Order: sequence, then structure tokens, then C-alpha cells
Amino acid sequence: MSIFVTVGTTSFDELTETITSKPVQKVLQSQGYDKVTIQYGRGKHEVENIKSPSYSVVGFRYKDSIAEDIASADLVISHAGAGSCLEVLGANKPLLVVVNEMLMDNHQIELATQLYRDGHLFYCTCSTLLETLKSMDLSALKPLPSPKTNEFTENIVSYFKL
Amino acid sequence: MDIWLWALLSMLILLLWILMRRLTRNKQPTRILAIAGSGGHTTELMRLLSSLPTNLERHYVLANTDHFSKKKILELESKISTKSNHFTYVIPRSREVAQSWISTIFSTLFSLLYCIPVILKSKPDIILCNGPGTCVPICYTALLFKLFGICRGEIIFVESICRVTSMSLSGKLIYPFATKFFIQWPQLLENYPKAIYLNGRIC
Repeated sequence: MSIFVTVGTTSFDELTETITSKPVQKVLQSQGYDKVTIQYGRGKHEVENIKSPSYSVVGFRYKDSIAEDIASADLVISHAGAGSCLEVLGANKPLLVVVNEMLMDNHQIELATQLYRDGHLFYCTCSTLLETLKSMDLSALKPLPSPKTNEFTENIVSYFKL
Repeated sequence: MDIWLWALLSMLILLLWILMRRLTRNKQPTRILAIAGSGGHTTELMRLLSSLPTNLERHYVLANTDHFSKKKILELESKISTKSNHFTYVIPRSREVAQSWISTIFSTLFSLLYCIPVILKSKPDIILCNGPGTCVPICYTALLFKLFGICRGEIIFVESICRVTSMSLSGKLIYPFATKFFIQWPQLLENYPKAIYLNGRIC
């Protein structure tokens, strides 16, 4: 099983460091994960690649599209960015959002919190990541309903007679 | 007697002119002015635009420092049509992230100067925006020109999906004047009853 970690367009060194820390890697391995891919953006340090037959870690800074990485993952661990959250949930993948405590007043966290309340994702900080990984039950997550784009189109088209 | 005749004649000419303008306007495609912001705003805006009919004449406003939006606009346009029938206007960014509020006031006033030619050139029937700072001076300029009958200037505002419990500043400033004001979470209805909630997110 594989995990994809994404920090978005900025950096979130605390998250990359926590993910690659010994205790977290141990837990991940014990849960059957054997491949971790990390998109670490503008992070200070490059992620050290690990290649062993039973466990691998691969890092990259940016890609034009991370859709494939999301699609091939069994679990996505992401920063609280709205774009990332919606892309992962739209691809119907289990999502664990790690909130950056340095950006607490950021409005993107409002969205992640609401999606957590509605049961679409799990939610933690770097300091609670280990505990959350141990305790969360991915089968409890509910899929995100599809967007009401058609209703929006109809509303506009009929009002403005387009 | 002469004065009355002249008055009547000029009234007739004015009426004829308005009628002619209406007739010629009807033949033109509906013009939509989409206001791009940074990052997430633009991604949402492009999704909204691509859900609308393709026969609209699309005009775009973007900030001079915004290369991401420029790329996204070209991507969308190449998807819609092979012949490029869109117009782009570049204006200075009204508010950088983390800019102080005092200097924001000045840079917003400054950007008003750039908004006037944008509205005069694009004469938008509809303005589509989803919250970047740039949309406030553009919308206000359009409202001013709407008073003089220069453009139809109807505003469609879509509040960002990130706004769950509180409205953005742009949203608050545009809410009283918008023709259609969409929100993506029902919690906002309490304080903004005129807003439209479609029982879920839009994009």
C-alpha cells in the first residue's frame, strides 16, 4: 500500500520532517504501507530517498499535476489547502489533513475543519500525527458529494437568457 | 414655438439612437468579464467559466504579477475554441498577501484608474468574480458606468468554498450590489439572506 504526502505550493517542513521521522515510519510500516511519496514544495531540505525491497520513500518538489500520485495512493496526507483537499476528496481517496499551526488564522483551515465535521476527512497537527495514524479508521470516511455545477449553470443561463 | 419644435426633434433623435443601440446590441454576443486572482481563486474561477455557455464573449482581468492566471486563461481558451476570441486586460495588483491595510487603500485607489479603461473597452454585460481583491475596484467602476448606461454590468459573485462561517471582505463589499451572489456553505445565509445556496459546493 502507498501513501502520498503533499504540502502544496508553499513549504511545510514540520510535516515532511514528522513523516520521515523514525516513529512515524515504523507505524506506517506496521500498518502495511511500503511506499511513501512526498511532494515537499519549497521545503528547506530535500527529502532523503529510501530504497529497500520492503519500504521506499521518494520525494519531489513540484509537478504540473499531482493527479496521478493521488490516484495511485491508498492514503493521502495533505496540508489544509482548499485546492489539495478538494482534489483528493474529488478523487475519492482517504485523506488526512495536517494543519500547519504557524498558519492558524488562514481561512483554508475553516474548510478542512468543516469537511472533518462532516466526516469526509481526518484532521490533526504534526504533534498529533502519530496518534492519529494509529487511531483513525479510514472505512468511517464518507465520500464528498459531487459539486452542484449544473445547478449553477442552469441558474445563470435561465436568468441571463444565455 | 421654435424651441418646442427643437426639443421634440432632439427627443426623437435620442429615442431613435437608444432604439438603434438596443437593436445592434442584441445581435452581439453577451460579454462576460471574468476577474482572475491568485492561485485557488483562479482555479475556481476557471471551473465556473468552463461551466457557462461557450458563445459568450470572454474578457479577462488579471494582475500584472499573476503568471499563473495567464497560463490558466490560455489553457481554458484553447480548450473552448481554436480561434481565440477572448480579450485580456492587465492591471496592477490591488493587494499583495500580507500588505498593510493603509497602503491597501492607496493601491486600491490607484488601481481604480486602471479599471476605467477596462470597463470602457470590455463594456461587460456580466461580471464574474469570486473574491480576489482586484474584483472590488472593477465592480465599483462598472456600477458607476452602469448608472450612465454604458454597460449592463450585472455582477455574479461566487464566494470561495473556504468561507464557511465568515464572508470575505470582497464579498461583504460586493454583496449589496450583486445581481447573483452565490455562497457554498449554508451557515452564511443567516447574515446574508439574499445569497443563493445551491445545497452544496459549486465547484
